Amino acid sequence: MAANQNWRPLERDALAARLAQDIPEGWSVNLGIGIPTLVGNYVPPEREVVFHSENGILGMGPAPPPEKINRWLINASSQYVTLRPGASFMSHSDSFALVRGGHLDLCVLGAFQVAENGDLANWARSEDDNAPAIGGAMDLAAGARRIWVVMEHNTRAGEARLLRRCTYPLTAAACVKRVYTELAVIDVTPRGFAVVDMVPGLSLEELQARTDAPLLGR
Amino acid sequence: MIDKFVRSVAEALAGIKDGSTVLIAGFAQVGEPRALIDGLIETGAKDLTVVHNTAGRGREGVARLIGEGRVRKIVCSFARSRGSVLFEEVYARGEIELEILPQGTMAERIRAGAAGIPAFYTATAAGTKLAEGKESRVFSGREYILEHAIYGDVALVEAWRADRWGNLVYRDAGRNFNPVMAAAAELTVVQTQHVAQLGELSPEEVATPGIYVDRVVHVEAGDPPLKT
Repeated sequence: MAANQNWRPLERDALAARLAQDIPEGWSVNLGIGIPTLVGNYVPPEREVVFHSENGILGMGPAPPPEKINRWLINASSQYVTLRPGASFMSHSDSFALVRGGHLDLCVLGAFQVAENGDLANWARSEDDNAPAIGGAMDLAAGARRIWVVMEHNTRAGEARLLRRCTYPLTAAACVKRVYTELAVIDVTPRGFAVVDMVPGLSLEELQARTDAPLLGR
Repeated sequence: MIDKFVRSVAEALAGIKDGSTVLIAGFAQVGEPRALIDGLIETGAKDLTVVHNTAGRGREGVARLIGEGRVRKIVCSFARSRGSVLFEEVYARGEIELEILPQGTMAERIRAGAAGIPAFYTATAAGTKLAEGKESRVFSGREYILEHAIYGDVALVEAWRADRWGNLVYRDAGRNFNPVMAAAAELTVVQTQHVAQLGELSPEEVATPGIYVDRVVHVEAGDPPLKT
């Protein structure tokens, strides 16, 4: 981090809160594992958003306090959850029918890489990983009306994750609509990545230096 | 009188042959028919093809079935995970075949099996390495891949309540794969936490009608283990 740097990246929770601001009342939303799960904590309870979990729940609420855990009520990440008034249960086949049939307004996923055409790579880091875990990511990526990705802008080694073309195996082609990182919010457009906003003090040149694919300014 | 109740897990699982395809319901131990899985290990059946969401975690249940070398092929959406230790050992020795599927494709392939649909097209996994070797076709400008139905010789299911006709009610997120697997096998075996008198279950709440169910055994398994 340069000594003259006059901007600060968002912390994980602030990043989740930034994304949560953009989810309007009335949407049905699936949150993936990791930072996406935190997003639910930042949608104010008075804003009615219906959260879906692949294991057959619509209308999920936040985690319970330890003394109120119901061992029969977990989300797709195996975490204990609660129900909001209006919640419902369904079988796995109905749960994925609503995913694959395009009934979710939004799915928020983590990612390893996103390409400027919206290609998503979030399940395997090499072609020869032959026993990985996919879970519902491919169904969600292909099926939800919108895919928003939340991820760190760069790898720990400083490599770009916003690329011209993904180098890791794809989860789904051309599905990502928007990317939230600790540095910026970036839309995927027919002309490529377009910056929606950046953390205060960060310049487009500095952001571009951390990004492989070309960025269109505001 | 129709009475699908049997007196023991051993009776519920009698006749399962080597080489069977066994659908095992449950998601992260919730709604998982653990007593039937343990009973299946007891039967000694081997060369099984197991369809389950994961390749097992820890050393119990599906993990133990795999660890004891009974599974020739596992069909699942999560193979490698924290705790998939027994699968890793058997897989590293080349003693198990793995078919990895998107979770929704797996559920829909089972649903197709239940509904007599031999195959269907889906956009899930199109354009990915999981599509390699699968037929694809473009509808309205979008690419879809052909996926074939899964039908089991046996399905193992856990219900919250069951009556003697085999009508089933599930509890909370314990429903998961249970209804779709119950409908997609030649022999559907259920362990139920509670027994209901015929007529006691509201027709509105029955999630699996008894037509799909062959044998039911009463197992007071209690709550799923607490996750830490």
